[in-house]
Amino acid sequence: MREIIEGRVWTLGRDVDTDQIISGKYLTIIDPNILKTKVLEIGLPEFASQSKPGDILVADANFGSGSSREHAPQALRAAGVGAIVADSFARIFFRNSINLGIPTIEAPGVRAIFDRFDIARIEMREGTITNVRTGGSVSFPPLPQHLIDLLEAGGLVEKVRRELANRPSSRDPVSP
Amino acid sequence: MSATSRGHGATLAEKILARAGGRDSVVPGEIIEGRVDLAMMHEQGAQTVQPFHEMGATRVWDPDRVVIAIDHWVPASTEGAAVLHRILRKFADEVHLPHFYDVGNHGICHQILAENGWVVPGDLAVGTDSHTNMLGAMGAVAAGIGPTEMAAVLALGRLWLKVPTTVRINVRGKLGPGVTAKDLVLRALGEVKTTGATYKAVEWTGPTIERLSMPERLTICNMTTEMGAKCGMVAPDSKTRDYLSGIAKHSMHPVYADTDAQYERTVEIDVDGMPPMVACPYSPDNVRPLPDVAREHVRIDQAFLGSCTNARIEDLREGAAVLKGRKVHAGVRFIVSPASTAIYRQCLSEGLVDLYTDAGAVFTNSSCSACFGGNMGIIAPDEVCASSSNRNFPGRMGPKEGRIYLMSPAATVAAAIRGEIADPREYA
Repeated sequence: MREIIEGRVWTLGRDVDTDQIISGKYLTIIDPNILKTKVLEIGLPEFASQSKPGDILVADANFGSGSSREHAPQALRAAGVGAIVADSFARIFFRNSINLGIPTIEAPGVRAIFDRFDIARIEMREGTITNVRTGGSVSFPPLPQHLIDLLEAGGLVEKVRRELANRPSSRDPVSP
Repeated sequence: MSATSRGHGATLAEKILARAGGRDSVVPGEIIEGRVDLAMMHEQGAQTVQPFHEMGATRVWDPDRVVIAIDHWVPASTEGAAVLHRILRKFADEVHLPHFYDVGNHGICHQILAENGWVVPGDLAVGTDSHTNMLGAMGAVAAGIGPTEMAAVLALGRLWLKVPTTVRINVRGKLGPGVTAKDLVLRALGEVKTTGATYKAVEWTGPTIERLSMPERLTICNMTTEMGAKCGMVAPDSKTRDYLSGIAKHSMHPVYADTDAQYERTVEIDVDGMPPMVACPYSPDNVRPLPDVAREHVRIDQAFLGSCTNARIEDLREGAAVLKGRKVHAGVRFIVSPASTAIYRQCLSEGLVDLYTDAGAVFTNSSCSACFGGNMGIIAPDEVCASSSNRNFPGRMGPKEGRIYLMSPAATVAAAIRGEIADPREYA
């Protein structure tokens, strides 16, 4: 997990649900590299073509509400987002996003201090997000150790892989 | 530490999660490793297969605790859907998962779990669909998760959960004629709003809830998802036991909230005199009394009686009682999609398929159908749909401009007859 994350900001409103991130008509697509070309088609149509790896999403309340579709954070990860920050998240999206190893940070009040294309600087240990242009900042409670561990491992797949590999009594063959 | 030593008792969710976590008691905010009683996958389970293998897992922790029920594209309507189904069938063969509800024996995943007794009181159940909350009607904690998380569940039989605080919705009063459990949950959504229970448990209590049938409890727990809730539940009682009698797949271990349980807050609802309700575009919490909306003559192009929320046999009977002897309006496409193949067959034997199709409806096989905008029943950008389903976000039935009004089965049928949103009580 990177201690400091800095990137160009895309702002979003409240209640951007998963249909707006990946529309229902794309749910049979499971290749993240195709999904990323459809990402935020309803919520922020220019994002897919104009975003750059490392860009940071800053949303208002209830980002990712609606369905359990992992296509939504998969597409955002494939698009290379450096972090997703919001005043608040819907719970399944939050879990999915963390499980995929995306720094996902709930920071009430964060949306109000950013405009599009400002630069955000996130200090994970200190729990602060700063607008580099204006100097404005908000703090957030540091993630619980459980989730820090998940991000340190790079996501749930790697965390469980290590756990299974380290099981002394496990008869499961371990993949290379 | 006993529950009482904390100064207050435990909510239903806290009791269930304490058991799942192997603890005497838990407090909100605590993270537990919960042992899973039932894991369910639908098509999104196809995305579970790769992470399962990447984790180095080769065996599922308990194949008799895993259900696969495909429902979004049944039978496969695109090549992409066919590939998802194929991945799931191969995976089920590879890791020996016998409980696969495939085409011909299919239904909406949550209904499959309910009608086959896969979730029982006290369970911790997880599924790869957000409306897994519905199974909380059994007195269980049932929550939606994503497919990577499901891979970990299949490998380990457990997952981390933060113990949620609980919002209690306490309901008193009598639902009037033509006013249903759907109207109740819409009314509650109008008060709790779509973020009012985010990360939280919702516990339905009160005399009105005790009187609700199991299908009605399934409906109100289903839409706790739209409140943002991790889970929504009703305490088990004799109705729960009767419903599960002879079908429960594993033994029940019912628990109950303590009388001094500490709720984050209690929302009081009195349904005496409550009219039918409707959720207007573009949010399930944009709720208004249906008669007010009907006075605005909201014309519709499509009506949809289906989805995990409201396509059980009781819902289709409720709609049929309104439709009997009447016709679908000339300008309306009316789609009826039962929640399972068992319900489809029940409709056949009760003459409901004839009743709906004689009136001009199309009666489809069981699937999620028009609810999610990815298979059939898509609407055009400038069209309006009256629907018994659970979501009306922009783009939910296809184009982002399409307008969806959520309502009860009876109101959906009334709209199909009149060609505009209509009070079902006028068709009693």
